[in-house]
Formats: sequence, C-alpha cells, structure tokens
Amino acid sequence: MSILSYNGSAMVAMKGKNCVAIATDKRFGIQAQTISMDFPKVFQMGPHLFIGLPGLATDTQTVMEKLRFRKNLYELKENRHITPTVFASLVSNMLYEKRFGPFFVEPVIAGLDSKTGEPFVCNMDLIGCPNAPEDFVVGGTASAQLYGMCESLWEPDLGPDDLFETISQALINAFDRDAISGWGATVYIIEKDKITTKELKTRMD
Amino acid sequence: MALAEICGFKNFDSCNNGILDTNIAKSNFNFTNNLELAVPPYSNPAHMLAQLNKDETGREIKIKFDHGTTTLGFQYQGGVVLAVDSRATGGSFIGSQTMKKIVEINDFLLGTLAGGAADCVYWDRVLAKQCRMYELRNRERISVAAASKLMANMVYNYKGMGLSMGMMLAGWDKRGPQLYYVDSEGTRTPGKVFSVGSGSVYAFGVLDSGYKWDLTDEEAYELGRRSIYHATHRDAYSGGIVRVYHMKSTGWVHIDNNDCMDLHYKYKEVKDTAENEII
Repeated sequence: MSILSYNGSAMVAMKGKNCVAIATDKRFGIQAQTISMDFPKVFQMGPHLFIGLPGLATDTQTVMEKLRFRKNLYELKENRHITPTVFASLVSNMLYEKRFGPFFVEPVIAGLDSKTGEPFVCNMDLIGCPNAPEDFVVGGTASAQLYGMCESLWEPDLGPDDLFETISQALINAFDRDAISGWGATVYIIEKDKITTKELKTRMD
Repeated sequence: MALAEICGFKNFDSCNNGILDTNIAKSNFNFTNNLELAVPPYSNPAHMLAQLNKDETGREIKIKFDHGTTTLGFQYQGGVVLAVDSRATGGSFIGSQTMKKIVEINDFLLGTLAGGAADCVYWDRVLAKQCRMYELRNRERISVAAASKLMANMVYNYKGMGLSMGMMLAGWDKRGPQLYYVDSEGTRTPGKVFSVGSGSVYAFGVLDSGYKWDLTDEEAYELGRRSIYHATHRDAYSGGIVRVYHMKSTGWVHIDNNDCMDLHYKYKEVKDTAENEII
C-alpha cells in the first residue's frame, strides 16, 4: 500500500468561462478508519487563488504552511499578489527540493490571473512535475474515477452555475466508488468579483 | 457416421472403460465433486503454497480479493436477528454497493458472508446443496449444528491454503433458535452475539451497549440496523445498504433494506432536534 493512500482523498479543479472551480472531499482517515469528516485540504492563497493538497494528511498541513511562508515572502518582496502561474512554479520548485525524500502530496491549483482574469488550473506529482491543461485536473485516491467522470461531464465555456453542477456531480460520483474518500464535500467557485463556497450533501459511508 | 465412430468409438453411451472415467474425473475436479478444488501437485499443497507467496526477489505476491464487511447476528427472546451491509471492495475500489451478504440456504437456515467474496459464495452454495441432500435422504431438515459442522469440515480441508471467510449460520431447528460462527481457520462455535468483518469493532460498540435478551422484535431490528449503520459510517470498507433478517419459528423473514445515506440523515435529524431541545 502506498503512503499516498494512507489517509484517502479526492480532489478536482475545472476551468469554465471566466471562472474556475475546485472541489474536495472532507475525509481524514487512517486506512479503513474514518477519524474526521471536516478536514480542510483546500486553502486560499490569494484573492483568486486556491490550492488543494491531497495525499498524506501530515504533509498536507506541512506543505500548506511552507507554501504560505514562501508566498508571503514573495508578496512582501514584490509588493503585489502572486499570480496562479508564478504560484505553480513556486510549488513545483519547493517540491523538487525534496526530490529524494518527497512530501507525499499531489497538489491541485485553481485560480484566475489577477490582471487578465484568465482561468488557470494545474496539478503536479509529488516531486513537482507541473501539468496545466485546458480543461480539468484531478488528484487523490479517487483520481482514476475522477478522470472518468470529468472526461464525460466536462465541456468548454461553462458558466459558474453549470460549472458548479458539473464539478459536484463529477466529485460525488467519483468518490462514491472509492472506499477511502468522501464523507462530505466542499466546492469553491472562483469568479472575478465573487468567491462562492458550497457544502455538498453526500453519502456518509 | 459420427465423429466418435470415426475415432473408433463403437458405442459411446455404453462406453465405460476405466481410462476415460479417470480422465474425466482428473480434468474436471469440482465439476464432478464440488468439494474438490484444483491444488498444486505437491504432497503437501498447504505447505508449498505458503512458499509460493514470494517471487524470486523475495517480494510478496498477493492476490487482492474482495474484502471488508460488517455483519452481525444475535439471539434474543424472539429468535435470531441478522443484519449486514452490502459493500464489496477490491483494494480501495468499491466494486459493488448492492451485494447480498445474507444467503438464504433454505427456509430455516441463513448464512452471512464476510471475507473473500468468492470463497463465501462458493462454499455457501456447496453447503446449500449438502443441506438439501440431507433433507432428501433423511426426510427431515438438517440441524444448524450439523450444517455448521459440514461447513467447518469442508473448509478445514483447505486450511493454510488461503481461504478467507468468517460466516454466521442462523437457523431454527428441533432444538429452537440457533446461531453459530464458522471461519476458514476451522473455528466453529455457538453463541448469543456475534459480529464479523472489518467493521465488527464499531458494530460491537453499539450492539453490546444496546443488547438484552428481552428486546421486542422492533427493538431488535433497530439495534441490528443501528449497529451496522455506525459500522458503515466509521469503516471505509463497509457501506451501501443495511439488510435485516429475522429467524422465527416459522422460518426466516426479510425485514427490510435501508440505504446508509437515508439512515445517516434520519439519525442526524433526530440527534440535531434532541440537541436543540437541551439548549
């Protein structure tokens, strides 16, 4: 059994028309045993920037704190907010530093460019190989199921409401086929002038 | 005329030479006798199988079977109640949410499945056949004690070869309501309260605190249901539907099926209103 599937998680981010969404499950478990059902795995890193850290829960928290530290340093030095693309490079760089003893997280980044408003999604493997496609990214133990759901549900230029519906259905139906993720879900919809957070009603078994 | 005759068979139906018979038996195993599975050709297959679990570099070769379950059964004044979940997993992948883990062996005998799904389904089927044969030969139903012993003896023949099952047998015979636990290690024991599977620790937590002999029928069903629900909530490898059965003097009755999601939000509503009343 891989250490990446010790705690269990499911995460997905999708592009829409002038908006992006990122959705996560809320389970924190130790192998088969569910410990908590409101465990944060997605963190806000700017006015239009979120990062999700599925994988080993202890590293989720460590990596989040290290990233926030580096992001704050950048913002103090540059006196401006970090853009999603720069933030992705920062994450990638930090993960590769531990090439021979990695953090067991597979980050998922979603955001809007603060100047152009261009949607951006990106994921990485645990040693920081970035991947920024035109449609969606997934991560966590339910990633195989998520790929299947996203490939069939996603379409270009979805508005915020349709994007919420698509990402929610993709996430819920994916983690319902994974034993070690689920137990509640949160969706963040990021628009230029508004960020909406929604809690989903899900199966609790 | 026919191919058989060209090949030299004079009369196929009455052809009864020894070579053909032994060949049929040798190449068909459990098709002719369900108790006989194919095993590696060693004098002590169990011992050799244990050594075959490693590859040339010493890494473990392990077949991933469907695993993970919560099942329970208990006796009370009204008979025996069985309750089970319905999830089948292979690794962390959920293969099914609607599996039937209670097998209706006959009108007065129920078996529960836990462990390797294929092992349980196969051996319960064989047991069902054996019990029916007993009934036809002896003109009376088999006792639960005898049925459970048949099961224990059958799987004991394959001990150490990787069979994985933990089952409960519930029935009603001449001696009244009966509940037995049988597993692939060879254990066979009668008892009042059992829970088997990866979620059994959580189920026992609820079951033991709510169990008493004088439960009414409805209370007993609800206790079984709640115990399984709490197990599905905490155990990743249990879930789906909670099925409840009741063994009565008149035979088994299927009480109901409840989706775990419906149960969760039903129990949550009751809990939330109770908490608000206290405040």
